Amino acid sequence: MALRLPRIGTSQIVALGLILVANWIVSPQFFDIRLQDGRLFGSLIDVFNRGAPVALLSIGMVLVIAMRGIDLSVGAVMAICGAIAASLADSHSLPVVLAAALGAGLLCGLWNGLLVAVLGIQPIVATLILMVAGRGIAQLITEGRIVTFTSPDLAFLGGGSVLGLPTPVVLTLGMMALTLLLVRGTALGLMIEATGGNPRASALAGIGTRFITVAVYMWSGLCAALAGIVASADILGADANNAGLWLELDAILAVVIGGTSLFGGRFSILLAVVGAFIIQAMNTGILLSGFPPETNLVVKAVVVLAVLLAQSPRLGGHLAGLGVLFNRSKSGGRRP
Amino acid sequence: MNLRALLLASAVSGALFSVGAQAADMTIGFSQIGSESGWRAAETTVSKAEAKKRNINFKIADAQQKQENQIKAIRSFVAQGVDAIFLAPVVATGWDSVLKEAKEAKIPVVLLDRDIDPAGKDLYLTAVTSDSVHEGKVAGEWLVKTAAGKPCNVVELQGTVGASVATNRKKGFEDGIAGASNVKIVRSQTGDFTRAKGKEVMESFIKAEGGGKNICAVYAHNDDMMVGAIQAMKEAGLKPGTEILTVSIDAVPDIFKAMAAGEANATVELTPNMAGPAFDAVIAFKEKGTVPPKWIQTESKLYTQADNPMAVYESKKDLGY
Repeated sequence: MALRLPRIGTSQIVALGLILVANWIVSPQFFDIRLQDGRLFGSLIDVFNRGAPVALLSIGMVLVIAMRGIDLSVGAVMAICGAIAASLADSHSLPVVLAAALGAGLLCGLWNGLLVAVLGIQPIVATLILMVAGRGIAQLITEGRIVTFTSPDLAFLGGGSVLGLPTPVVLTLGMMALTLLLVRGTALGLMIEATGGNPRASALAGIGTRFITVAVYMWSGLCAALAGIVASADILGADANNAGLWLELDAILAVVIGGTSLFGGRFSILLAVVGAFIIQAMNTGILLSGFPPETNLVVKAVVVLAVLLAQSPRLGGHLAGLGVLFNRSKSGGRRP
Repeated sequence: MNLRALLLASAVSGALFSVGAQAADMTIGFSQIGSESGWRAAETTVSKAEAKKRNINFKIADAQQKQENQIKAIRSFVAQGVDAIFLAPVVATGWDSVLKEAKEAKIPVVLLDRDIDPAGKDLYLTAVTSDSVHEGKVAGEWLVKTAAGKPCNVVELQGTVGASVATNRKKGFEDGIAGASNVKIVRSQTGDFTRAKGKEVMESFIKAEGGGKNICAVYAHNDDMMVGAIQAMKEAGLKPGTEILTVSIDAVPDIFKAMAAGEANATVELTPNMAGPAFDAVIAFKEKGTVPPKWIQTESKLYTQADNPMAVYESKKDLGY
């Protein structure tokens, strides 16, 4: 197991490296980093700072997908929690604000989890409900406008820095470390994989699949809440109409780029986060390139296709990015 | 007509014409799109205030962004026999049959903020809209004037790709700077009309243009993107408003706050008062039979730091933006 991880991740890390090099080619100052007001400043830092919300979402999403579920509501949960945080920021202390926003995220996750695990609704339908309704809830909280705040405490979570690193990046790394500790430091990860692989067999083997399902959706809600707080703190306001819009799709894409199968089972949190940064590296590269905006989505689609093809076992496993077609002996490794 | 209405009308606005007072018994129904944006909310608030000024009985139906709800609302207004119907159409097509019904009932329909397809037909009395090409042009002309012949590299934050407002505001700005060879657009990307994307795109512009040293001005298709861009400039250690000029469109309250703080230079107003001119047109049509032109263009007013931005902010902040 321990030996297989780096080999699995090769194609993602090579892809990230290639995209960063491509960014450097279109924009030679890409790797320039300087200190600005005690905070690292440069395009490379932007990639990690801007990628933080999707990376946070993907940490929750990868667990949900490992259970053969899906969480379409994370974008809307971001909007709800961001709206709560921004509305309370100027009148309450930071711990209260965070507790309220994170609590709302957990509650949203609980709702999804109950629909899926207790009522047995298909995950895609169950979370679609909150995806649609959640944005409405967020708009109710903000009364349809952009709620701004001035609290420096909350602003720190979006624009501040810890040892030069932007706070969103630190929060993402922290959340990733915590999640890794929880699921890999204990048997929880194995149980999640088992539940995703075969829920019935897992239940018969004594795993509390129902509890684990609810817990994982709640964790996804928590990650989304954190992402929503970061997004609000970043623009010093809550934009219920646009915060987290379509980010659920980016998070799913990040998980898929990270090599986790939508059919559940084995997963990698680390690679999902790498996947999120691959997406953001691409976005930042497009912005730096000076291409006309009409081409943004086409460029993105081509790059995503290339990354996914590079991972395809039939396209020659670890010869990532080269598109070599002849390595058929390796094709048995993973499900396509 | 009655004395109270006359006194009220003249007290509220001295500029009001005498026809305003005579409109006391008029009932007008308004099919509003829904609460899609802060501007839309402000439009609703201002419309109510304008109706009150003219002593008009004003009924608003919120369509929650659905055309079918708007059609239902128009039918119900026709059934109630209102004096006129205002419509802010959520989409451009599919209005023919319901507008024919209103026409047969001899109820004039006025379009607010958006036109329908095919435009200019006799299905409606007039359309009160702003000209987004003109808005861009006003922004461009302000920049040409402010740059005063000095070379000026502009970065542009576009609206959502393909949105007609974005296309028009881009074209208008290009028209506005066409005569000045010193002002040129060096970078242009979409910020999707949002603060978050405006900030992200501006961050990359700053890096791509030598840490912002090569940027003389930012033009954003709406104020929200500019608010994000201002944050990005400040975080990069630049001084928006002095080192880098800013001009954007919409005139939402937050940009006035930035202008008062000296961090933004100019904004072109997309007025939320579309109903005011529409009321006047309907009143003139009803009272005197004056047929208005098919298109009433609203004013695209330019605001700068010289226009007492804090006072404008105070007057706008409660409109619902």
